[in-house]
Amino acid sequence: MTISHFGAVILFSLFTSVVFGITQRSDPRMMIRFGAFCFVLFVGGTIAASWVMWLIKH
Amino acid sequence: MATNVSASTRAQSSSFPTMVLIAGWLVPGAGHLMLRKWIRGTLLAVSIFAMFTIGLALKGKIYTPNTGDLLDILNFAGDLGNGILYVLARIFDLGQAAVQVATADYGTKFIVVAGLLNIISAVDAHSLATGRKRS
Repeated sequence: MTISHFGAVILFSLFTSVVFGITQRSDPRMMIRFGAFCFVLFVGGTIAASWVMWLIKH
Repeated sequence: MATNVSASTRAQSSSFPTMVLIAGWLVPGAGHLMLRKWIRGTLLAVSIFAMFTIGLALKGKIYTPNTGDLLDILNFAGDLGNGILYVLARIFDLGQAAVQVATADYGTKFIVVAGLLNIISAVDAHSLATGRKRS
């Protein structure tokens, strides 16, 4: 199996966010909100860090 | 009679959270399923099983008990969190003994994080069983 860097980020963020959402909140609606928040933070943080590394290199 | 009934109920209720914790660790999502949290248990099981399987498919490394590098010991502890999945991987010799391609490092991390997430979900199931977590 081969996977792109971005694909790995998406999969990692998705599964981790599901577990975080379920385990860190009590109310089902808040679980979904917190899971979505974690997902955005994971993916957004990775993209931001990637641009920072690109800027450092250039 | 009433004393015996209440004593047995107390014994059952005190051992149940421990059983939930151990079941949740051995089989991902089992702790929540024992508490009749069907959707949560299924989502947790699918997520952790998928992460572990993707890690193996990416030729990730399965750590064995070791006394070498500190990071190797910590990674082994993370792998151990997968419970029965780790045991099966060791029995059927799945995973790589050493990382050989660049993407295999992702696979290794997927397997370790799957184990850590499984521990979090097992502790969450234990908190639900004891009543520390509301619902």
